[in-house]
Amino acid sequence: MTSPPLAPPLIQLRDLTVEFDQGARFVRALHGVSLTLARGEALGLVGESGCGKSITWLAALGLLGPGARVAGSVQVAGEEVLGLPDRALSRIRGGRVALIFQDPSSSLNPVHRIGRQIGEALRLHRGLTGGAQRAEARRLLDRVGIANAAQRLDEYPHELSGGMNQRVMIAMALAGEPDVLVADEPTTALDTTIQAQILDLLHDLRAETGMALVLISHDLGVVADMADRVAVMYGGRIIEEGPAEALFAAPDHPYTRGLMAALPDLEGPRRRLSAIPGAVPAPDRLPPGCTFAPRCAHAEGLCEGAPPALRGTGRAGRRAACHRLEALVWTGLAASGPSATARPAEVARAEVARAERARA
Amino acid sequence: MSALLEVRDLARHFAVARPGGLWGRRATLRAVDGVSFDIEAGRTLGLVGESGCGKSTTARLVLGLTPATAGDIRFDGVPVTARHDGDWRRARARMQMVYQDPLGALDRRQAVAEQIGEPLAIHRPLTPRAERAERVAALMDAVGLRRDQAARYPHELSGGQRQRVVIARALALDPQLLVCDEPVSALDVSIQAQVLNLLDDLRARTGFAALFISHDLKVVRQMADRVAVMYLGRIVEEGAPDEVFHAPLHPYTQALVAAIPTLGRRRVRTTLRGDPPSPVDRPPGCPFHTRCPVAIARCASETPALRHDAGRAVACHLAAATPFAEIV
Repeated sequence: MTSPPLAPPLIQLRDLTVEFDQGARFVRALHGVSLTLARGEALGLVGESGCGKSITWLAALGLLGPGARVAGSVQVAGEEVLGLPDRALSRIRGGRVALIFQDPSSSLNPVHRIGRQIGEALRLHRGLTGGAQRAEARRLLDRVGIANAAQRLDEYPHELSGGMNQRVMIAMALAGEPDVLVADEPTTALDTTIQAQILDLLHDLRAETGMALVLISHDLGVVADMADRVAVMYGGRIIEEGPAEALFAAPDHPYTRGLMAALPDLEGPRRRLSAIPGAVPAPDRLPPGCTFAPRCAHAEGLCEGAPPALRGTGRAGRRAACHRLEALVWTGLAASGPSATARPAEVARAEVARAERARA
Repeated sequence: MSALLEVRDLARHFAVARPGGLWGRRATLRAVDGVSFDIEAGRTLGLVGESGCGKSTTARLVLGLTPATAGDIRFDGVPVTARHDGDWRRARARMQMVYQDPLGALDRRQAVAEQIGEPLAIHRPLTPRAERAERVAALMDAVGLRRDQAARYPHELSGGQRQRVVIARALALDPQLLVCDEPVSALDVSIQAQVLNLLDDLRARTGFAALFISHDLKVVRQMADRVAVMYLGRIVEEGAPDEVFHAPLHPYTQALVAAIPTLGRRRVRTTLRGDPPSPVDRPPGCPFHTRCPVAIARCASETPALRHDAGRAVACHLAAATPFAEIV
């Protein structure tokens, strides 16, 4: 008896690299990113500007343009898509994989009515025209929580608020009945209460359709709210990966700890923030070893040698790229630290402060 | 003793044209509509609210950059007007601004040291050159810029370094009041923490008071001694940050706090429907009643006053029914 072959993951990136043409030479922005997205999974990608979190997905979907050299492998449901001709790619983009971006008003065409723009996606991906197209567009607007859907179909993007335009973008993304929605900072331009509405909507749509989600965000809170699994990026590499709850409860990599410690908190005692010293290095001036070493309180000789590989930390589903992983036991809840009820950011802050003291 | 900055019933209305007709119909946009607050010397008031609530207009009004439609602003007892005369210039030397976008606030064609020294050149033109250079060097040290960065241009610096330049320039004249409008919103998390710590250190050292504006409640809590929450041009709640954020009295503040995704806390589903109304179409009665989950009939007709009690203030008919102590 043979067991049935395992279905391939929905998306698998292997050793994805991106280099940008800087005239005289190519500068590498992505240094071998490998990621797996299972069906129905919500994957969060966090990191600061320039870490490569957006480029990873733009490269995977062939959206970087001719100035970029992309290598590695990108499989969607077992099929290699890297290097596919544009026409084949556009069946995948918008069909299997839909994208939404930070600024909905600049992603929508200002001179076309909302209905026409959703209709175009419906025609391309589902072959709907005429009355069927309009009825489906109306259903989608209704589904994303836009009141008076029939009337809104005849309006232009400038007549809608930022939150409503993002709902329109989500409706367009749903038009192709995608297997995965890649959302790049989808709520960053929105006010807090509107952000909450959009996050609620994404929650509901996932529960209803089983659609997978890739959420790219600089906001750890947003990612913790939405993601099952999280990958943290720094300097064009994934430096830590794991189940969201476990990772934020006890991060392994000094950078993740630093990020959490740098966040102000709404609760708990108010204390000085632990800033990460220095700044992110420019892509053409990366240090030879670990990219984070120049800013890391735990760095030692070994870290300046070669970049550390992403490896298992011994805890379920967790990986981190740090030479000193074994030396950096998470002592967040140690006796000298805050109480067991302390909040993650507070714990991280205590942890980082201890590391700095130890180094001093 | 009176406060360093006293703001009373401040309003700023803009005449706008509403779409429709040949020229559009005339309408009034009430950006700020009856705002009062005090800032004591050396203290920081945080102003929070979502886009369009009037917090940035309030900042401009306080500095006399925009004339007020009504109301009264006193800085150290002297009225602040938008008449850019000698009095205003003297007051302006003692109140400075830090902007959200440092690149936009800096001159791209001037080395940063020159820009840091510019307030001295304008307000104290008789300062000897050597003394001014010394002061610029001291300011650069204070904000954590290296001496060798003095001759750099803004585009050669990172976002965090540019904001340090803006802060150094704002502190050049030892102001008593610093108005910070979203000073860290454009910065990455790790850099944001550096700049917030810097502002904290400088405040401890020089003792300036601050009006600190942000949409980010966590940042405001980190920086402010008191916090005021604005909605559609009015302050709806005011108090100590921990009181306001941990036990908010106004339904809007409650929704705002609940909507923030935070590590280690599950976000509650939002109770607020729709977008805030436009400041051109401010609803009658309580400005929040159209989105309020607990509004009653009275809220649609009668505007609640900001009622003060025991160091807190709230503008809500429902919160006003009982003393605050019993609600919390």
